Amino acid sequence: MNHFGRNNFTIFKMKNFIIIIGLCFLFPTILLAQQKVIDTITPKDLTEVIVIGKKAQLYQKQAKPLATIDEYLQQSTKIDMIRRGSYAWEPMINNMPTERTLVTIDGMRIFGACTDKMDPITSYVEVSNLSEATLKSGQQGACHGATIGGSVDLQRNRAGFSNLGWNAAVNTGFETNSKQKIVGSAINYANNSFYIDTDFMFRDAENYTAGNGQEVLFSQFRKFNISSTSGFSFDKNKLLEGSIIYDKATNVGYPALPMDVSLAEALITSLKFEYVPESSPIENWETKIYYNTITHKMDDTKRPSVPIHMDMPGWSDTFGFYSKAKGTLRSHHFIADLNSFYNRSVAEMTMYPADSNEKLMFMYTWPDVKTFYTALFLEDNIALNCHSSLKFSTSLGNHFNEVASELGLESLRIFYPNMKASKNRILPSVSSNYSFDENGFSYGFGLAYGQRAPSVSEGYGFYLFNSFDTYDYIGNPELKNENSLETSASMGYKTQKWSAKMSASYFHISNYIVGKPDASLVPMTIGASGVKIYTALDYATIFNTDLNLEYQFSDFMQWKGQLVYSYGKDFENQNLPFISPLRYFSSLNFKKEKFLSSIAVQGNATQTQFSPFYGEDRTPSYAILNFDAGYSLDFEKVKCGLKAGVENILDTYYSTFSDWNNIPRKGRNFFLNVSFSF
Amino acid sequence: MKFLRILPLVLLTILASCSNNEEPAVDELYGLSKIKEITNTTHTIELYKHMGGLEQGYNEIALKIKDNTTNQYIKNATVTWTPVMHMAMMNHSCPKSPVTKVSTDGLVYEGYIVFQMAQNATEYWDLKIDYTINGTSYTMTSVIDVPASAKQRVTTFTGSDGVRYIAAYVDPHHPKVGVNDMVAGVWKMQDMMTFPVVDNYKLKIDPRMPSMGNHSSPNNVDLVQTVAGDLYNGKLSLTMTGYWKINLQLLNAAGTVLKGETITDAVPASSIYFEIEF
Repeated sequence: MNHFGRNNFTIFKMKNFIIIIGLCFLFPTILLAQQKVIDTITPKDLTEVIVIGKKAQLYQKQAKPLATIDEYLQQSTKIDMIRRGSYAWEPMINNMPTERTLVTIDGMRIFGACTDKMDPITSYVEVSNLSEATLKSGQQGACHGATIGGSVDLQRNRAGFSNLGWNAAVNTGFETNSKQKIVGSAINYANNSFYIDTDFMFRDAENYTAGNGQEVLFSQFRKFNISSTSGFSFDKNKLLEGSIIYDKATNVGYPALPMDVSLAEALITSLKFEYVPESSPIENWETKIYYNTITHKMDDTKRPSVPIHMDMPGWSDTFGFYSKAKGTLRSHHFIADLNSFYNRSVAEMTMYPADSNEKLMFMYTWPDVKTFYTALFLEDNIALNCHSSLKFSTSLGNHFNEVASELGLESLRIFYPNMKASKNRILPSVSSNYSFDENGFSYGFGLAYGQRAPSVSEGYGFYLFNSFDTYDYIGNPELKNENSLETSASMGYKTQKWSAKMSASYFHISNYIVGKPDASLVPMTIGASGVKIYTALDYATIFNTDLNLEYQFSDFMQWKGQLVYSYGKDFENQNLPFISPLRYFSSLNFKKEKFLSSIAVQGNATQTQFSPFYGEDRTPSYAILNFDAGYSLDFEKVKCGLKAGVENILDTYYSTFSDWNNIPRKGRNFFLNVSFSF
Repeated sequence: MKFLRILPLVLLTILASCSNNEEPAVDELYGLSKIKEITNTTHTIELYKHMGGLEQGYNEIALKIKDNTTNQYIKNATVTWTPVMHMAMMNHSCPKSPVTKVSTDGLVYEGYIVFQMAQNATEYWDLKIDYTINGTSYTMTSVIDVPASAKQRVTTFTGSDGVRYIAAYVDPHHPKVGVNDMVAGVWKMQDMMTFPVVDNYKLKIDPRMPSMGNHSSPNNVDLVQTVAGDLYNGKLSLTMTGYWKINLQLLNAAGTVLKGETITDAVPASSIYFEIEF
């Protein structure tokens, strides 16, 4: 367990403890009487866990409890966010964007429906749906699919069988900067063999204001999210659980882009069967089938002047399943996961000529691409002794793409006359990690290799306009798989009073997929600078290192600090885009009985390693100051939690390296969250 | 007994050979519809065309000749045709192909006519068909309806060499998104009644969408002739549906531009072009 605040670790352990106790009550088959050898050594997992919220959990540890998921994910040293608007930020893991990373919801694969990446997966879930986000760096994240940078698994929130009877909660929040109103509620019921959780969250925000009082136009959004999970346990050790999330955002502005979104709607459903065998090396066997569907419609009607009006809807549907078994055999803690998904991604562009008698102009920007992927993932975590472990994992996947639309296929054949409608790829992955932890001193190192397939846009995109570098991008179905060779190392020391952890990872990525301008082509988007075709560079290298420090002044006062450095260059020594400059964070946290408070400074150094070739410019350094305080009240039947604070106290005007087209971030923002639980 | 075994086979053979004596199947006219009937005392000529009636531009026309007394179609006629436009000050013809049989055993004749201008209130086209059957010559003439085309399919111009040219769009009839095989024709005016095919020139194309920033498409192939006397072939690349203006430049065998301009920011369209909308 990575150090992410000793208190969070305690909560996580608490939850584990409750679940184990619960299981013991519900499954009379006494675990102790099993014949297998129970290994008391649990090897360390190099996973970072970001706790988002425990259902009906009032003790709000996070600075701003009702923040959007994006704000939560940003706390990690390994995650950066590309911002195009007020929310729906694209998470980057190890400085690598969506194409090279994997974001799943409870192990389910899900893909955005927007060609311009306005809808990363995080935009379709709410803090009320999730309990934590598990981050795995590099090939260790290859459990649910092929990745290079790593994976984030957003885990669903479920009270489960822990709080019997009826429970309810109401959350409200308000932020002054964008006049964001947040209201949410949760109603749960549980008895010994059945539980149902339902929750609802609604957000409405107007345009936000940047540091010097400058209003950022077209940054409004409104969304609601409703979800439910229900479980039924039978035969003492079997659980059947169904889950559904419906998320709908309307009128979402994207100040960094030429268009906004009129509708972003997702339905995420799953059915899981979990089985805890009675006496077997397999401790847990989980099988899940799922379906999700996303509709995304871009909208340019709110912009003052558009060269030509266009409708740009996109759809993404995914069916999938996985079957995962975890077990222990002597000192081996193993996982075997068979997973498969089928996705259909299609996006259109219809343009309306000024002369209404003229026929509409239509083309596919994603030509109805079907992806079918199946993989087997195996992991063995061997506890060598009580302070060291060696983890091996490997996966082999088959990735199949097909362009299903005849019109779409013919469009791409303009560029690739001999292109076939379908292509099959094999995606292997292998990783090994050693970790040691004794007397507070820990270290570890790892070596891994993996491949990923090009994304739908990289392989089959047709005139996708990128407003960052103002080029139209054309996909390339003949791209080879990207290969990544990575090494990582970490070292840490922990005492009662303080802890320090430093980690570094180095990626050598061959066949690095990137768009390169083709001077012979004329762009289609009015005002574009040219056309880029996706091609592969010989290789690129990315290096990230981060330092996490904690010092416990007293029982009540703690200091936390983070420092992150990144480096990224291609084989011709040109800077890669979206590589973070030196990043730092420092916070002082106070907690006594029911009161807690923190003050934090967060900033970036000047971005000197920027890439003009990819459309970047030099971003100046900045630092902002945040403050928050919270108090919890216990009445007879009601628990009440209050949290208030100020972000960017000094009202600094700033923009970061990952803000698309340099849109500025929020200026001073007062927030208040009030929550009740019954 | 042996005979009984052979009987089905014999019957089958007889039936099969019977079908050879029937008239050829009607599929010679597949996709075509009758647009006109012209009659003289002895025969009726039926004119057929794909997709509606005649219009300004390139027209592929099929015809059948029926004997008025026997109601039988003539298989072995030699046909020529002369379209003439009757204008206020003069009469003139237009580019046309010879009329040939679709198949030796069939009843349908075909050819093309390029009407470089449309009729109007006072000026009209008529078609004179001369045909010979077994040494006897016949003729008939009728006024034909040639309205203007909705989109520009034919263009007439004087080249920098002083010669009067006609360029007409032939294919694709049904354009699709992607790379289309494009066919066009180039003729010149020799005199009022003679418009021969121009050989060995090049028709450069630059398709643009004027309603969308005048963007073009990649990987077009300029039109050239494969066989002398024939039409010109190339590739038309269309990235989306809608209205396209296919800007043209005509080059002679030496590579000199006789008419038409390259498209730039200052020159959004060429003086010669075709239009399609799909």
